Amino acid sequence: MTATTEWRDTRPPTSDPHRIGRGAGGGGGDRVTGHGAGGPADKRTVVGFGFWIFLLSDIVMFSAIFATYAVIEGATDGGPTARQLFDIDNAWVETVCLLFSSFTCGLATIAAERRSAVWTQVFLLATGLLGAVFLALELREFIDLIGRGAGPQRSAFLSGFFTLVGCHGLHVTAGLLWLGTMMAQVWTRGFKPNIARRLMCFSLFWHALDIIWVALFTIVYLFGVR
Amino acid sequence: MVRERPSRSRAATAMPLCILLMLPGCAGGVLDPRGPVSAAEKLILLNSLAIMLAIVIPTIIGTLAVAWWFRASNTRARYRPSWSYSGRIELVTWSIPAMVVLLLGGIGWVGSHDLDPPKPLVSKTEPITVQVVSLDWKWLFIYPDLGIASVNRLVVPSGTPISFQLTSATVMNSFFVPQLGGQIYTMAGMTTRLHLQADRPGSYQGLSAQFSGDGFSRMRFTVDAVPDAQFARWAAQAKGGAPVLDAASYAALREPSQGLAPFTYGAVAPGLFDAIVGQKPAPPSADATASIPGKKV
Amino acid sequence: MLGKLNWSAIPFGEPIPLVTGCVVVLVLAAVLGLITLKGWWPYLWREWITSVDHKRIGVMYCMLALVMLLRGFSDAIMMRSHLAIAAGTSQGYLPPGHYDQIFSAHGTIMIFFTAMPFVVGLMNFVVPLQLGVRDVAFPTLNSVSFWLTASGVLLTNMSLVIGEFARTGWLAYPPLSELRFSPGVGVDYYLWSLQIAGVGTLLSGINLVTTILKMRAPGMTYTRMPMFCWTALASNLLIVAAFPILTATLAMLTLDRYLGFHFFTNDGGGNAMMYINLIWAWGHPEVYILVLPVFGVFSEVISTFSGKALFGYRSMVLATMCICVLSFLVWLHHFFTMGAGADVNGFFGVMTMIIAVPTGVKIFNWLFTMYGGRVRFEVPMLWSVGFMVTFVIGGMTGVLLAVPPADFMLHNSLFLVAHFHNVIIGGVLFGAFAGYTYWFPKAFGFKLHDGLGRAAFWCWLTGFYIAFMPLYALGLMGATRRMQHYDDMNWQPLMIAAFVGALIILAGIGCQALQLVVSIRQRDRNRDLSGDPWDGRSLEWSTTSPPPPFNFAVLPDVQGEEAYWGVKQSAIEDQRLADEPEYEPIEMPRNTATGFVTAFFATVTGFALIWHIWWLVILGLVGAYAVFVIFAWREEEEYVIPADKVAAIDRERRRSREQLLAARRPA
Repeated sequence: MTATTEWRDTRPPTSDPHRIGRGAGGGGGDRVTGHGAGGPADKRTVVGFGFWIFLLSDIVMFSAIFATYAVIEGATDGGPTARQLFDIDNAWVETVCLLFSSFTCGLATIAAERRSAVWTQVFLLATGLLGAVFLALELREFIDLIGRGAGPQRSAFLSGFFTLVGCHGLHVTAGLLWLGTMMAQVWTRGFKPNIARRLMCFSLFWHALDIIWVALFTIVYLFGVR
Repeated sequence: MVRERPSRSRAATAMPLCILLMLPGCAGGVLDPRGPVSAAEKLILLNSLAIMLAIVIPTIIGTLAVAWWFRASNTRARYRPSWSYSGRIELVTWSIPAMVVLLLGGIGWVGSHDLDPPKPLVSKTEPITVQVVSLDWKWLFIYPDLGIASVNRLVVPSGTPISFQLTSATVMNSFFVPQLGGQIYTMAGMTTRLHLQADRPGSYQGLSAQFSGDGFSRMRFTVDAVPDAQFARWAAQAKGGAPVLDAASYAALREPSQGLAPFTYGAVAPGLFDAIVGQKPAPPSADATASIPGKKV
Repeated sequence: MLGKLNWSAIPFGEPIPLVTGCVVVLVLAAVLGLITLKGWWPYLWREWITSVDHKRIGVMYCMLALVMLLRGFSDAIMMRSHLAIAAGTSQGYLPPGHYDQIFSAHGTIMIFFTAMPFVVGLMNFVVPLQLGVRDVAFPTLNSVSFWLTASGVLLTNMSLVIGEFARTGWLAYPPLSELRFSPGVGVDYYLWSLQIAGVGTLLSGINLVTTILKMRAPGMTYTRMPMFCWTALASNLLIVAAFPILTATLAMLTLDRYLGFHFFTNDGGGNAMMYINLIWAWGHPEVYILVLPVFGVFSEVISTFSGKALFGYRSMVLATMCICVLSFLVWLHHFFTMGAGADVNGFFGVMTMIIAVPTGVKIFNWLFTMYGGRVRFEVPMLWSVGFMVTFVIGGMTGVLLAVPPADFMLHNSLFLVAHFHNVIIGGVLFGAFAGYTYWFPKAFGFKLHDGLGRAAFWCWLTGFYIAFMPLYALGLMGATRRMQHYDDMNWQPLMIAAFVGALIILAGIGCQALQLVVSIRQRDRNRDLSGDPWDGRSLEWSTTSPPPPFNFAVLPDVQGEEAYWGVKQSAIEDQRLADEPEYEPIEMPRNTATGFVTAFFATVTGFALIWHIWWLVILGLVGAYAVFVIFAWREEEEYVIPADKVAAIDRERRRSREQLLAARRPA
């Protein structure tokens, strides 16, 4: 070990592997001097990891709403109950739409990895359409409920229901906006590294919405109509 | 007095002043208990404090002593720049607080069971029930067994356990009589329980300890603990007198007001407390139709 | 057109807010005018407002915190002076409606806009430097986080002049904060400013977690990270796990208020206890979000000024992570008096006490860090020793409050107020000040004035004790918090003592303001040319003061714990630096206005929501989306610093390093 205030430079001469979020691919090669950590991870890892952390925080937010819903599910204030209100068939269709959209989203990711702009666009469009159908069905259910006097102002239970399902719906809406923007970007920019990273984040987001929906479907609808 | 402790601090100049000022001021506080509950709670408070002081005082002295002794200008202190680990010392640093917490945790656990507010007091005397309603910004005390009610003044027989049922007709409040013992929240739509007892006759301050809006500071009441005979006299006097607490007068009472002088109701509509808990606008009337606040049923 | 907004929103009838508001507006106008007159706008815009440099953003966070400290403290001094006179027949000078807003604003501002930005700022500035990297993981997001926090600050302070602030206390417990009991816009100001600032904090937490877990210099393994990075990691993990709960909780209260939902209302089956549980499920971790980073600051400061490595590093890491986990298991101790039952109360009481174990371990480890050291009582060290003594007392009263039966007596009393000020002033604030003094030369290249720093410390310390020890006593005497008036004349002398204490703290703040001015004026006298003014031990001291935009010309190659200390000692012994490396061009993220513009639209949307100006809400949201798209379409995200420029900067640094070696030549 050379005793200096400086640090040996053993990096390849052509580029700066430690520029922010780039470079050494996490491995670090012969620069590894510690117990395996070899310098900053590459940007794809960093972005994916950061987005995962964001998704986890989003799931924490949902769990707070889930917990609230669990507490107030019985607080119908003399109004209609879950069993009287929920149309499980509609929820099934919604579920199928969303699960299938996750599948097409996965196909879009594969197409993007193969750098096929057309198929990427096709599958993204399919994802968006399925998402839109899901949203339309959800909206129809909301309007129907409100029309039957079972709006969110009716009781704490319905407040919780509309918030939980609506919050997921808002996420899907945001996802659709993002999807549209993403499609335009892929169209104009092609598969540049930053676009590819965004596509990766989008698909993570879309799958996370799916996971949340599965929990939501189970807890709200399946348990609700028991 | 216990609060001298912080005088270990460097701001020692401040403390004698504080101590002097607070010694006479203790009357009326939680350190001047007048009932079994507050006495037990005070004891737990002081015991816990004593246990912690046994470790906190040496720590503070040790911190100051070490910092001072190892000051850079002290040539007699031995400099050991590479000494940064000692398994034995670490064992001690983990186990000392752990043992203290073990002891305190026991006190906390047992105390929390012994002094659980809903737990009835052990006494040969039959308890009396008082229903407490916090309103904007006053206290309503209903004596369901006696059919009377009192506003902003709680009269109780001394030496008799009091069984409180508490709710709120408005925002959350906390029912607290420092000299008689621990507080409990009053919350709309539900009932909390509390048991207290005043050992000796006397007048004690009560208050809301949970901020409840503009009139909060004036949301105080007096607890008058009186001998049995005097209590019976007071109840008899109140009984049958005007006004009567029914839907209309309750609706009037519910209107926000501050600093209301204490008064009593000679009669209370049956089921009023339950109606308040149930968030119904008024007690159920004979024909069972929903009544509107302010409208005579 | 303007929703609920009209002229009656301006408090023409109330002289105190009106005059204060006018003064603030005038001062602000004067500052802006001065900037315009001097032509500083381009510089500010280029170098600060649009900066994505973690150091600049960290500095701006701390500046924001210092300004908000003044705002929060002026609330405090009003409360203390009011209570010093509002006894018996005297009603004081603040009517209840105004007093209620002041204590609500004081709590909200001190926690969210003073303590939070201060610790987030320190973490932002220090963590990448200590990890030996060039910036945080997401520099633009960092700027967005900061400006969203600033947006929350702006909205909260707008309520001073336009409308009112919440009258509910800093956590806005329903049902008091529901529309029925708080029909005004005060709670809406509270909700939207916290919601916006909270999103900023959450994003900042995600950013720093990613930075610490994924971006460390080569060789910087977890067990080689400086203690501050560990505490920052714990704190940011807590942010990621706790702030979403706050977001959800505030959103539910917002729905209650705006759309007539029934989460926490008295009617419709609502349940206010849920809010109280949820808000503390965030609120208790929040306490540790604030205090853990300053534990890190103290670890750095005590070790540096004792001239020793931190004692029991692994114990400290373990203790930090224990606190991180346990902090989620204690929230109920904030409401033992709700009547949850003996088992529940007992469990949460014991869990709370258990947290005292790792905290106690930390205190002992700091003590043993000083043991065998050569303690230099520079200003950061003064704050640290002051902290250790004060915090032990605060911790003790905290554990006392964790004993349920004792809490029944002390809940919501001034004893509680004294307790949490004891830990927040004696812990968080002292730590923030220690960090501020410690890293100031790193940020600006000159030290803060020493004498005034000492004066500030002693004023704060004595002022703290004189202000808050009487509150402990008052709490035992049955005085409750948030009261605007009291009848018991026995309390008045203690209230006056507390006011005197607040005045001494005011003197301390005055010293700090003066210190900043004097230090800037005399900066040439206190220059730090070496980059290592305190004989530091971690990597931030290996670069220049202030560091270049890229922090390190060549990323450090970490060879062991205390990455910088070891190589520094050997270099001093050998009296030589390593050979000059081959310099490479460095890519750095380009500055962007995204953060600022996003926050602008957030502010507009927030303001419109508070006042129910729906068209403006839509405009704001559309604007925010447009910013998002424009940002996404940016062509060039980075710029390159050419190798010769890097070399020039680094050679300059090497020259000063050589002087440092010579100056510290062993005898």
